[in-house]
Amino acid sequence: MKITDDEVLHVAALARIRLDDDEILSLRNDLDKILGYMDILSSVDTTGVNPTHHPLPLVNAMRDDREQGCQELADVLRNAPQHDNGYIVVPKVIG
Amino acid sequence: MKAYDAVIGLEVHAQLLTSTKIFCGCSTKAGLPPNTSTCPVCTGMPGVLPVLNRKVVDFGIMLGLATGSRIAPRCIFARKNYFYPDLPKGYQITQYEHPLCEGGSILIETAQGVKRIGITRIHMEEDAGKTIHDEKAPLSYVDYNRSGVPLLEIVSEPDITSTDEAVAYLRELRQILMYLGICDGNMEEGSFRCDANVSVKPAGSARYGTRTELKNMNSFRNVQRALQYEIERHIEIIESGGEVVQETLLWDPSRGVTVSMRSKEESHDYRYFPEPDLVPVEIDSAWIDSVRSALPELPFARRERFIGQYGLPAYDAGVLTQTKAVADYYEECVRLLDRPKEISNWIMTEVMRALNEQGIPITELIVSPEMLTGLIALIDKGSISGSMAKEVFAEMVDTGESAGGIIEKKGIGQINDEEELRSLAREIIDAHPDEAHKYRSGKTGLLGFFVGMLMKATRGEANPKLASRIMKELLEE
Repeated sequence: MKITDDEVLHVAALARIRLDDDEILSLRNDLDKILGYMDILSSVDTTGVNPTHHPLPLVNAMRDDREQGCQELADVLRNAPQHDNGYIVVPKVIG
Repeated sequence: MKAYDAVIGLEVHAQLLTSTKIFCGCSTKAGLPPNTSTCPVCTGMPGVLPVLNRKVVDFGIMLGLATGSRIAPRCIFARKNYFYPDLPKGYQITQYEHPLCEGGSILIETAQGVKRIGITRIHMEEDAGKTIHDEKAPLSYVDYNRSGVPLLEIVSEPDITSTDEAVAYLRELRQILMYLGICDGNMEEGSFRCDANVSVKPAGSARYGTRTELKNMNSFRNVQRALQYEIERHIEIIESGGEVVQETLLWDPSRGVTVSMRSKEESHDYRYFPEPDLVPVEIDSAWIDSVRSALPELPFARRERFIGQYGLPAYDAGVLTQTKAVADYYEECVRLLDRPKEISNWIMTEVMRALNEQGIPITELIVSPEMLTGLIALIDKGSISGSMAKEVFAEMVDTGESAGGIIEKKGIGQINDEEELRSLAREIIDAHPDEAHKYRSGKTGLLGFFVGMLMKATRGEANPKLASRIMKELLEE
């Protein structure tokens, strides 16, 4: 395997996800396969081919600087488990 | 102690004065009730798509041109992944590879003359929301109104070698942004924010020392204090044989120290990748030309022009061009009345004082360029003295009345009536026959005595030049 337990745990920590041992193993397998696919892609000779940053052949999809109206506050807060005076309340974070 | 060189690079985040956010049509207005200027895009709801605000690119090109940067013919957005409640998507849309602008510079004035500070890059990105931490409960309150407000990040080269240069660079950059009308430059309210990378090395050494990153310096004074503190801290560590740890530090202005911000395991691991929700931006020369044609004259150039065109001292030119509005006001005055230095003196003293007292910008001053030049013209004509003019000006600031109106109403103003002065002068000469005799027998130094009497008789309001001429004529009749 290319991926170590530590790497899985590092990525999990960055995503604030807690994993048990079974999950670590299963994610390790999945990530390994994904990296395997990347190896296949990497094996293609791309000499002289410009990097593709976007699959669509579009550029400059833009809008004018005009207000389009916002969402009702009640709707904004609907997904928030806790709110107070319009603020979304979350566990305290400092840093 | 050995000599050390400081090496400073600055990162500025400038909030842009667009009406709407960078990727959605929500208003960027400050001070709205929490979360009322939000939508599914800027609160990171699943399935939504950002659409780029064209004006953000326009503003970025403006700053790029103003700093002599290369404008990328093609640029892309990237995701910067990190977890924090003020970032609803779990990533910030920013630019990483292929930013909007690269390779510019800004000129600053230093004690050693003009110095060029390189600008590595300028890129577009979205701002995060605002978090308020509860003092008592283990809770934080999040407001997403600022989430998605457009920012330009301006990264300097590590060309800055002193705290004075750092402040000069920031002042110049802020002034350019304000001249361009793309950022209000307010540091206290966070529309112009600065982070710094600092390291020190033995004087003359080519190798850089380990750098630390400083945040939370929300005024020029704090930038200066924080950088000075950090430079001294580095030198002390090196002198005592230690090693500087690469880390991010917060400036604590109340204690005057820097404090470590992030623990090591949370060191930067942003996993940037190209943003799949946004297509590339291609900028052709027609777009650049149209932005260029709308560029205003920039502070440095305007300062130089004021010195050359109006013959102003460098100091005056610097003060008058500090903001575009003051410089515009000055030039309008000079257009109305060709007295460049007098007008400069008035603006730098009386006008600036009035602005400070009222805490307003010059655009809100009730005394228009027409009114100010009207007053200065009256001094020129000899209608009022300089010291009276100051009183009249104060009254103009309070009431918005013209100088002429105030002078007439209050009955102040110099007495220019020849007949009136002549008859008063005759009375004075008649009342002092001895002195008049002495004058006429050659003691012409007594002229001052007679003019003084005449000034006294008019409570100082006689036009002094006229008073002197009339007195002389009558005594020599």
